[in-house]
Amino acid sequence: MAKLKVALYWAASCGGCEIGQLQIGEKILKLVEVADIVFWPVAIDVKYKDVEAMPSKSIDVCLFNGGIRNSEQEHIAKMLREKSKVMIAYGACAYGGGIPGLANLFNKQTIFDRVYLETPSTLNNDHTVPQPKTKVPEGELNIPEFYDSVKTLRQTIDVDYVIPGCPPEERTTWLALEALISGKLPPKGTVITHNAKAVCDDCSRKRDVKKVKKFYRTFEMIPEPEICLLEQGLLCAGITTRGGCGAPCPQANMPCTGCYGPVAGVIDQGAHFLSAVASVIDSNNPEEVRKIIDDIRDPVGTFYRYSLPDSLLGRARIK
Amino acid sequence: MSFEPKIVGILCNWCSYAGADLAGISRKKFAPNVRVVRVMCSGRVEPAFVLKALQSGADGVLVLGCHPGDCHYAEGNYKAARRMPLLKKMLAQMGVEDERVRLEWVSASEGDRFASIVNEMTEKIRQLGPFNHNGGGANG
Repeated sequence: MAKLKVALYWAASCGGCEIGQLQIGEKILKLVEVADIVFWPVAIDVKYKDVEAMPSKSIDVCLFNGGIRNSEQEHIAKMLREKSKVMIAYGACAYGGGIPGLANLFNKQTIFDRVYLETPSTLNNDHTVPQPKTKVPEGELNIPEFYDSVKTLRQTIDVDYVIPGCPPEERTTWLALEALISGKLPPKGTVITHNAKAVCDDCSRKRDVKKVKKFYRTFEMIPEPEICLLEQGLLCAGITTRGGCGAPCPQANMPCTGCYGPVAGVIDQGAHFLSAVASVIDSNNPEEVRKIIDDIRDPVGTFYRYSLPDSLLGRARIK
Repeated sequence: MSFEPKIVGILCNWCSYAGADLAGISRKKFAPNVRVVRVMCSGRVEPAFVLKALQSGADGVLVLGCHPGDCHYAEGNYKAARRMPLLKKMLAQMGVEDERVRLEWVSASEGDRFASIVNEMTEKIRQLGPFNHNGGGANG
């Protein structure tokens, strides 16, 4: 059998997905037995023009991590789609927009103003901000155009599978790679995990009645180790998040933040999480409810930690 | 052409839908801008319904339920009363004006109240203008 050709790319992401890929450890030797890596900017020196020269559909699998923040990422995503038989959105950013997707609370103008003009450590008397085109004596220079919104990979190109996580757990990555190596691929569109139910299904904490009088941030309390974190007033996204990760965060006394995306059947993870959180508030008195809600300082950042671009509204409205 | 607000009304079966019915039977005049969706209880209204309405082109969403203590299912409207403030707090972060989403209690006997809420909300949203769907920049 000819070796599989694999490409890996990063767009608007942090590099954690590459660490996630390496976490398969010595299994990577099994991978290179059956696959050749033809493009991987973080590790091997293959240029864009080399990829451009590859025939259409000559790459068997592309693992694409990161959201689409600028024109370069969009261009490469479209190019890799054209060159690849199977396109996989790898990690929370490609899937739902991820942490960079929270920039959809702002737009290009407000981000540039903040980053290049307003930050206290910035001295920029000429008010220089990056321009897609700059004229210098030697000619015209181009850099990618920065977009107003972060988009998910699925909003940009046709995607065959999703491997969720921030970064994906080793077991999830390997589950997908095994399927690819064996050729036993699930139906198109599948989010590949060990469990399509919620993280709670993987979590060993005891669950009883959820009635919460006060929400805490993680630094404000040391949770009891056996009882459901949400019942203790921590905003744990386990109830709304796809399992399969093995619930490592709740087991380490940290609430789930939702990186595996919504449970099967849910289209808007944040709205679902918000609904559940509001439902467990133990009060029918509007004043008291308001006070309890005041403890949730950053609803968008809490409920849509990894999925703002993929949400129903997608981004904040800015006039 | 002048702007006519599109408002999605999500009304509970037992009180508010009957209240809206009463407004009609009593031949009250009120703004025709609310498109009514009947649900069994305001406690059935998931925040995603409101977001879906806004995403699909509504300029405002009006959720109506039974007065506190009157819920047919005892507690459903209290659930709505907990969800909507949290949803509105989140919508404020998303740049959605407070008046675009509203939760009110309308009983089966309050046809007048239904008509006046609809009129009031329609006027508010007419002043606000259409719900803007972009990020305010040139490239989306």
